[in-house]
Amino acid sequence: MLDTPEQVNRQAVKDALGFPALMLLASMTGFGSLARESGLTLGVALGSTAGVWGLPGQVALAELYAAGIPTFFVVLAVSLANARFMPMAVSFIPLMRKGTRSYGWMFILVQLMSINSWAAGLRRFDQIETGLRQRYYVVFALICMASGLTGTALGFVGVVAMPRPFALGLIFLNPLFFAVLLAGSRTRMAILALLIGAPLGPVFHLLSPEWGLLATGVLGGTAAFWINRTVATRKAHD
Amino acid sequence: MTDPGDIELWLLLLGAVAGTYLWRGLGVIFASRIDPQGPAFQWITCVSYAMLSGLIARMIFLPVGPLTEVPLSYRVAGIVAGLAVFFLFRQRLLPAVGAGLLVFIALIYV
Repeated sequence: MLDTPEQVNRQAVKDALGFPALMLLASMTGFGSLARESGLTLGVALGSTAGVWGLPGQVALAELYAAGIPTFFVVLAVSLANARFMPMAVSFIPLMRKGTRSYGWMFILVQLMSINSWAAGLRRFDQIETGLRQRYYVVFALICMASGLTGTALGFVGVVAMPRPFALGLIFLNPLFFAVLLAGSRTRMAILALLIGAPLGPVFHLLSPEWGLLATGVLGGTAAFWINRTVATRKAHD
Repeated sequence: MTDPGDIELWLLLLGAVAGTYLWRGLGVIFASRIDPQGPAFQWITCVSYAMLSGLIARMIFLPVGPLTEVPLSYRVAGIVAGLAVFFLFRQRLLPAVGAGLLVFIALIYV
């Protein structure tokens, strides 16, 4: 059990400075280069890493802005692309609130939550004294944020400084990263949503660039949800 | 000094940040009051996944930006190489991304 602040700090730094920091550096370098090529400024690119802090939404932001989609649709799509933060926070916040004082503080801490800090917290919190869990989370998440911001800036600057094939490679990192990440999905529900969403994305984009991505999410997601439920019910009856 | 395009861009960012924070904030409010495995959340997860998957497919097959400079076959080959390494080598993320990237860049040079 980790029960001193020093032990917790050390563990958080150790956990963050491996795969999570490296992965964020790489993926956000991709985002930074996409942001530059999409016409965003460095300030807005860094602002979206710090403020949106969810790569799917950030990529949607840059891509839809570059495609000239009206602001209203861009904001709606970015928001929906990051909707999974709600169930993540619902399961995560109670673990962190135990043994601590203020509830209002959680509204600030939740901004730092990403898939990395969420997963690290779920894995480590059992071994950390309840009052010190927030410390672990904040240290871990700030290291992630620092790598993400560094990557964003590197990509933004790098994409115009390097030979074109490498610059294109940086931009290609965006779809590549997600394709590989999502290929690791395990649940039937996630796999259904991915397989249904993939063909709908390009087709709906051709039908309507404004509504395409939203329609893909809502129609594809609803279909996946419904098929998953139907299969589950049928299996329960067998 | 600031031009109107800049202000518009920052407003767009503000909307994007607020639209994302909405879910985080709601998560705090609902924390421990609703079941994160419940049907409403499952549906939200499905929507996010379908959107992300659709966005990736669109970026590969119908790119809007600089990726239009590269033939479709290179983009597909990069993804296929990444996925192949991912499944062949114990589902490790970074080697898979590296392999996909290498194939993609190499094809442009060839």
